Amino acid sequence: MSTPATPIWEVFIRSRSGLAHRHVGSVHAADATLALQAARDVYTRRGEGLSIWVVPSNAIIASDPADKAMMFEPTASKIYRHPTFYDIPDEIGHM
Amino acid sequence: MSTTSITVPDTPLVRLALARADDALVLGHRLSEWAGHAPTLEEDLALANIALDLIGQARSLYALAGEECGRDKDGLAFLLDEDALAYRRDERGYRNLLLVEQPNGDFARTIVRQFLYTAFIDAWWQAMMDSSEPRLAAIAGKAEKETAYHLRHSAEWLIRLGDGTVESHRRAQAALDALFPFTAEAFEPVTAAEFDVAPATLRAGWDRQIDTVLATAGLARPAVPWSHSGGRAGRHTEHLGHLLSEMQYLQRVHPGATW
Repeated sequence: MSTPATPIWEVFIRSRSGLAHRHVGSVHAADATLALQAARDVYTRRGEGLSIWVVPSNAIIASDPADKAMMFEPTASKIYRHPTFYDIPDEIGHM
Repeated sequence: MSTTSITVPDTPLVRLALARADDALVLGHRLSEWAGHAPTLEEDLALANIALDLIGQARSLYALAGEECGRDKDGLAFLLDEDALAYRRDERGYRNLLLVEQPNGDFARTIVRQFLYTAFIDAWWQAMMDSSEPRLAAIAGKAEKETAYHLRHSAEWLIRLGDGTVESHRRAQAALDALFPFTAEAFEPVTAAEFDVAPATLRAGWDRQIDTVLATAGLARPAVPWSHSGGRAGRHTEHLGHLLSEMQYLQRVHPGATW
């Protein structure tokens, strides 16, 4: 009898100091509740987090690496999109 | 330095602290036996986390018992520290529940043992947060946060084992049938002290909790015509001696060894 593969979940943790949840890794778990428990047990053992998100890995829509040229290379020549391109008036102060 | 076993004074506070510490240490040691052997990497870490929580609770309680066991003739150092209490008492000196010394068996057996114990001890720690003995109340405040998670972890797993496959259901029910006769011992009084919470007062809540989770899991509560008892008096099953001989080996052979 073959056992169905246990689903994979991506784990995101918001740290004590951090503002946003950051991707930290993945866990195997049969369902969402156990995924949250597994994420807690694997990724917050040293006080890393105050909040956990788990997302089914197969719910993530990823860009195709083959589209890299089309997707990302055109921005390389648009340096004016970087804020450092502009002179910031002194009155603005620290940004 | 000596390898001889120690005896401890039998005051209510020492008896209570040792009974609860022995429960936590023996169960923590049992869970540590899973390290590197658990069904998945995630559970390997989860069981190790729980083991470390329990060993931490045992340390706090042994330190408290040590404070109550007296000081040396200069009145400076305590005669017994955590290590002496953990490593230099014989099987007959251990006061833990028979439930927690039962072997790990399969994963279902380990989860059932954890759930049956934690459903009791979490409620006990909750009640002990109002103990008139401030040191016990302080330990309770920290321990209860840990056991609350242990309870969630073991209950969620038990529900999935019971309500999972035919095989997981069979194993979970077999574990319940085997371990249920060890549960009544938890409700025997340890002391009559006013700072202690009489375990019998927690019985109804435990029954409700067990019934709720077992109903969700689709598991049957075993009918138990009789119960094992004797751990609190040092009369143990054949399993504790083996556990202690492994756990105490180093300190017995190299007394006071540090590294």
